[in-house]
Amino acid sequence: MALLEVSKLEAFYGQTQVLRGLDFSLEEGGITTILGANGAGKTTTLRALCGMVRTRGEVAFGGAKIAGGATESIVRHGIAHVPEGRGTFVRLSTEENLRLGAYTRRDPQAVGEDLERVFQYFPRLKERRHQQAGTLSGGEQQMLAVGRALMMGPRLMLLDEPSFGLAPNLTEELFDILGAINKERKVSMLVVEQNASLALAIADHAYLLETGRIVISGTAKEIEQDETVRKAYLGY
Amino acid sequence: MELFLQQTFSGLAFGGVYACMALAVVMIYQATDHLNFAQGEMAMFSTYIAYTLITWGVPYWWTFLLAMAISFVGGVLIERVIVRPVEGTSVLNEVIVFIGLLAIFNSVAGWIWEYTIKPFPSPFPKEPLFGNKFVGTHDLGVIGVTLVVLFAVFLFFRFTPVGLAMRAAAQDPASARLVGIRVGWMLALGWGLAAAIGAVAGMLVAPIVFLEPNMMGSILLYGFAGALLGGITNPAGAVFGGFAVGVLETLVGAYVPFIGSELKLSFALVLIVAVLVFRPSGLFGFVVVKRV
Amino acid sequence: MGVQSQSTNSRLRDLAALASGAKLSRLQWSGIVAAVVFGLLLPLLVSDYRTFQFTLVLVYGIAVLGLNILTGFNGQFSLGHSAFYAIGAYTAAIMMDQWEFAYYWTLPAAGVICLVAGFLFGLPALRLEGLYLALATFALSIATPQFLKYDHLEKWTGGVQGVTIIKPDAPFGLQISQDNWLYYFTFVVMLLLFFCAWNLLRGRTGRALKAIRDNPIAARAMGINTALYKSLTFGVSALYTGVAGALGAIAIQFVAPDSFTFFLSVAILVGMVIGGIGSIPGSIFGGIVIVFIPNLAEKISQAAAWAAYGTLLILFMYFMPLGIWGFIRMGYARLTRRRKAT
Repeated sequence: MALLEVSKLEAFYGQTQVLRGLDFSLEEGGITTILGANGAGKTTTLRALCGMVRTRGEVAFGGAKIAGGATESIVRHGIAHVPEGRGTFVRLSTEENLRLGAYTRRDPQAVGEDLERVFQYFPRLKERRHQQAGTLSGGEQQMLAVGRALMMGPRLMLLDEPSFGLAPNLTEELFDILGAINKERKVSMLVVEQNASLALAIADHAYLLETGRIVISGTAKEIEQDETVRKAYLGY
Repeated sequence: MELFLQQTFSGLAFGGVYACMALAVVMIYQATDHLNFAQGEMAMFSTYIAYTLITWGVPYWWTFLLAMAISFVGGVLIERVIVRPVEGTSVLNEVIVFIGLLAIFNSVAGWIWEYTIKPFPSPFPKEPLFGNKFVGTHDLGVIGVTLVVLFAVFLFFRFTPVGLAMRAAAQDPASARLVGIRVGWMLALGWGLAAAIGAVAGMLVAPIVFLEPNMMGSILLYGFAGALLGGITNPAGAVFGGFAVGVLETLVGAYVPFIGSELKLSFALVLIVAVLVFRPSGLFGFVVVKRV
Repeated sequence: MGVQSQSTNSRLRDLAALASGAKLSRLQWSGIVAAVVFGLLLPLLVSDYRTFQFTLVLVYGIAVLGLNILTGFNGQFSLGHSAFYAIGAYTAAIMMDQWEFAYYWTLPAAGVICLVAGFLFGLPALRLEGLYLALATFALSIATPQFLKYDHLEKWTGGVQGVTIIKPDAPFGLQISQDNWLYYFTFVVMLLLFFCAWNLLRGRTGRALKAIRDNPIAARAMGINTALYKSLTFGVSALYTGVAGALGAIAIQFVAPDSFTFFLSVAILVGMVIGGIGSIPGSIFGGIVIVFIPNLAEKISQAAAWAAYGTLLILFMYFMPLGIWGFIRMGYARLTRRRKAT
C-alpha cells in the first residue's frame, strides 16, 4: 500500500479554487517530485496536505485519513513540512529551533541522538547552535529548516523549493544530503522544485502540475524523456 | 540620606508590583502581540477571590496559591471562550474586546463585593526587619516575591519544552503548527499564566492601597510603561522596567518640587516616552534581525 | 486562522477604499441627501434634551472622524485624542470666559491650536510605532487632566472647578430654542468638516496616507515624504478632534479636567471601531455609539451598567467585526449580489 494516497484533492484561497482535483500517491521510501510553472499550485499542494488551506477531497497517510484535520494534528502523524520561506523562528537560537522539531516526541534519548545526527549532516549548524537563528544566512536557514524537519523523526518530508535563494554549489550540497537522508533514515520525500533537472535527478517519481491539475505522471526517467517537459521545464 | 533610602525602597516595593503587572502583560504580549487592557481588572478580581477565601478562614499562603490556580484556570477560560472568536480579526477589534472585559470585571466586582474599601492582610510581620529605619517588611516581601516569580518564569521559558513551544507559537504561529504545537492552547496558556501572575501583583499591592474595584487602574498603566521601558519582548527587561518606573515615580514625587504628587504620573510617563524616542524597542528589547 | 484574518483585513481595506471612493454613485448621493434631510428635520421631531444629545452625537462624530483619519486611513494608533479634545474645549472656554469672544470664533482658534499641537506631537512620535505610539499617546491622555489641574494655570483653567460658559442664543432673532440652534450650528460645521475630509482623502493625499498605512517602505520608495505626511496627519486629526472639543464645550457649557481623562480617549476609540474603521460615514455611527450605548447599558442593568456596556462591546465585535458601517455595506453588497444572481 502506498504511504500517501491523495484523491480528488481541491484547495481554495478564499473563494478562489487553486487545486482542481488531484489524484496521486507516494510509495514509502521514495522521493517524488512535483514540477510545474509558477502559480501551477505546487506550494498549495503541500500546504493542502498539511491542512494549511481550505480543502476538499481525501488524503490518506499510512492508512489514516488526515484530510480536513488541523495542521498540528496532521503533522503529528509523521509529516514534516519544510515550508516556503523556511519558517525559521528568528528570535530563537539554532538549537532551540531544532529542539522544537522534536516537540511532539517523548523519547529524550532518541531526540538527543537525532540532534547529533543533524549536526553531522549540517556541521555549520553545530558551529552556530547558540546563535539567534534570524542571523543565519539564507543557506544556513534552509539547512536549519531541513534539520528541524528531521528532528520530528518523520516518515514523510514535504520540501517546498529547497533550492530557493541558494548558490548553486550550496544547492548541490543540500540535495546530496537530502538523498543521504532518504537512504539512511528511510524518510520518504515529496519535493516541489522550480529547478526541474535538479529535482528529476534525485527523484524516482514525478508529477507535472498545470493550473491546479496533474497533466503528466510517471517515473523520473520517463518524465525526463517527455518532449513537452523537456521543452517547457528543462530547456533542451 | 535616610529619606532618600526610604523613598527608594518604597519605590522598589511599588516597582515590584509594577514588575509583576509588566510580566503579566509581557506574557500575553509574547503569545499574541497584543496588550491586554483588562489585565489590571483581572488581577483585581483575583484579589477579591483571595479576599473571599481569607474570610472563609483559609490560611494566607494557601489562599495565595489557590488564588493563583483559580486565576490561571480563569485566564485560560477567558481566552478560549471570550477572546477566541475575535482572534486574528484585527488588532483594534481585540482591543475593544479587552476594553469590554475591563468594564465587565470592574462592574461585576463592584456588584458582588461593593465599592467600599476593604483591608487586605499582608503575610509579612509589621515590625521592620532587624529594627531598620529604611524599609518595611512588607516592602521587602514584595520585592522578594517579585524576584521569585520572575525567576520561576525565566526557568519555565528557558528550560521547559512547553515554555519553548509558547515562545515559538508567539513568534511564528504557522511554523509552530508545522512542528505540531497546538497554537491555540499556547495562547490560552499564556492568558492563564498572565492571570496567575496578575493575581500575585494584586495580592501584593492590596495591603498597601487597600482593596477596591478601581485599585489596579493606575498600576496597570505603570506596568505597561515598565514593560515598554524595559522592552516588551524580554520578560527580565520588563521586570527591570517595572522596578525602574516605581523608583522613578517615587523619587520624582518626593524630590522635584514643582511636580509634587499630582503631576508625578505624567512626569514619569513623559520620561519613559523620551527614553523610547531614543531607544524605540525599550532598554533591553530584542532587536529582531529581519531579512527583507 | 491566518488566512481568515488576511481576508478580513483586505475586506476592511476594500471597504475603506469604497468609502473614500473618488466619485460618488447615484446611490451614495441619494443616501447623503436623505441623511442631511433627516438631520435637518430631527430637532423638530424630538424634545430639547434629545436634540442636545444629538448635538453631542455630531460632536463626537467629528472627534471620531479625527481619529479615523489618523488610524483608519494612516494606520497610526492613538489613545491620546482626549488631550486634543481637551485643548479644543479649553480654548473655547477660555476665549469665551476670559476674553469674551463669540462662540463661533473659538472653532477656528481651537482648530489651529490643535493642528499645531498635533503636528508637534506627531514629529517625535514618528520614531514610535504601534504599541510605543500607543504608550506615548496614552501618556498624553494621562497627563492632560493633571496638567489642567496644575496650580499655576488655575487663573485660566479654573483648576479642578473648571470653567462655566454661557449657552449662545439663536442669532438674527430666530424663534428657535438654544438647543435647536446649537444643533443646527453643529450640524453645519459637521457637514463642512466631513466634506473637507472626504475631499482630502479621496485624492492624492488619501492615496499617500493609505500607502503609508499599508506599506511604509514602498511608500517611501515611491517618493512619498512619509515623515511629513505622518506628522501632518497627526495635525489634521488633532484639528478635527479639537474643533469637536470646542463644540462640545459650547454645547455642555462647562469644562473641567475630569471630563477629559483617558476614558474619553477610549470612548472615541470604541466609537471609531464600532462605527467603522476607515470610513467617513461610519464616524457618525461612532458618535451615536459614544452617546447612546452607555444609556442602553444602563437600561439593561442599573446595578451593573458597565458590565452591560462591556458585554455590548464584545457582542458588537462578534457580530459586526467591521463596525456598523461595514455591516451595512456588507449587507447591501450581499443583497445586490443576490438580486443579480436571480
